[in-house]
Amino acid sequence: MESLGSQIVYWILAVAIVVFSVLTVTTRKILRAATYLLFVLFATAAIYFKLDYEFLGTVQIAVYAGGIVVLFVFAILLTTRPGDNSQLLESRKKVLGGIGALCAAGLTAWALFSRCADVCRSLPAMENPTMHKIGVAMLGSGYEQYLLPFEAISVLLLACIIGGVVVARKR
Amino acid sequence: MDITILCYLIPALVMFCCGVYGFLTRRNMIAMLISLELMLNAVDLNFVLFNRYLYPASNEGWFFTLFGIAIAAAETALAIAIIVNLFHVSKNIDVRDVAHMKH
Repeated sequence: MESLGSQIVYWILAVAIVVFSVLTVTTRKILRAATYLLFVLFATAAIYFKLDYEFLGTVQIAVYAGGIVVLFVFAILLTTRPGDNSQLLESRKKVLGGIGALCAAGLTAWALFSRCADVCRSLPAMENPTMHKIGVAMLGSGYEQYLLPFEAISVLLLACIIGGVVVARKR
Repeated sequence: MDITILCYLIPALVMFCCGVYGFLTRRNMIAMLISLELMLNAVDLNFVLFNRYLYPASNEGWFFTLFGIAIAAAETALAIAIIVNLFHVSKNIDVRDVAHMKH
C-alpha cells in the first residue's frame, strides 16, 4: 500500500506524460512540440526519482533537458523561417498513422493486461545504487560490470564529434 | 491503491505509440526526430521499470538506460548536424523533398 502523497505524485506524472506526449505529436507549431517534449522528459526524470534512481534522473535532466532539447531548439530556429512553421508540420497520412499507432497500442495493452496484470503487486525494497557502486560497475570488467560498453560509448562520442564537425563544416 | 508495474507501463505505452504516430505522420524532419526521442524515452522507461520491479537486486536495466541515453544524445547531435547541412543545400527540411536529392 502506497502513501497518499505517493499516489498523488504518481497520478500527476502519469497524466502529464500522457497529455504532453499527445500534444507533442499533434501540435502544429514545431517549437511547441519541442517544449512539450521537454515536459515529457521532465516527467520521466521525476518517475526515475520516484523509483529511487536519483543518479539516473539527474542524468536524464542533464543530458536530455540540458543537451538534446537545447539542440532541438537551436536546429528549429536555424531551419524554420518565422511565420510558415504551421504549414511545414501539416501531415497527410494522418489516418494511416493513427490506425497503426492505435493497433500497436491496443495489441500491447491487451498483452499487458492479460499477461502481467498479476505480477509485482507493489514496489519491492531495494538498495539504492550509490555513486561508489556505480563507479565500480562502470570501470570493472567482471560480472555485471561495464568497462567495454563504457569504452565503446567513449569511442562513439568521439566519432560523433568528428562526424558533426565534418558534416557541418563550410566547404 | 498499490502502484504496480502496470501503472507505469501504460503511460510508457502511450508515449511510445505517440512517437510511432508522430514518426509516421510528420513531414518536418526535426518533428520526426522529436517523435523518435519520445520512442527512445519510452523504451528507457521500460528498462528501468522492469529492472526496479522484477530484479531490484541488480542494476542491469539501469545501466542499459544510462548507455541508451548517451547513444540517444550522440544520435540526435549527428542527425541535427545532417539536417542543418541539408537545409543549407535545399532550403527545406520536408522529407518529401529529400527523396528528390538522389536525382
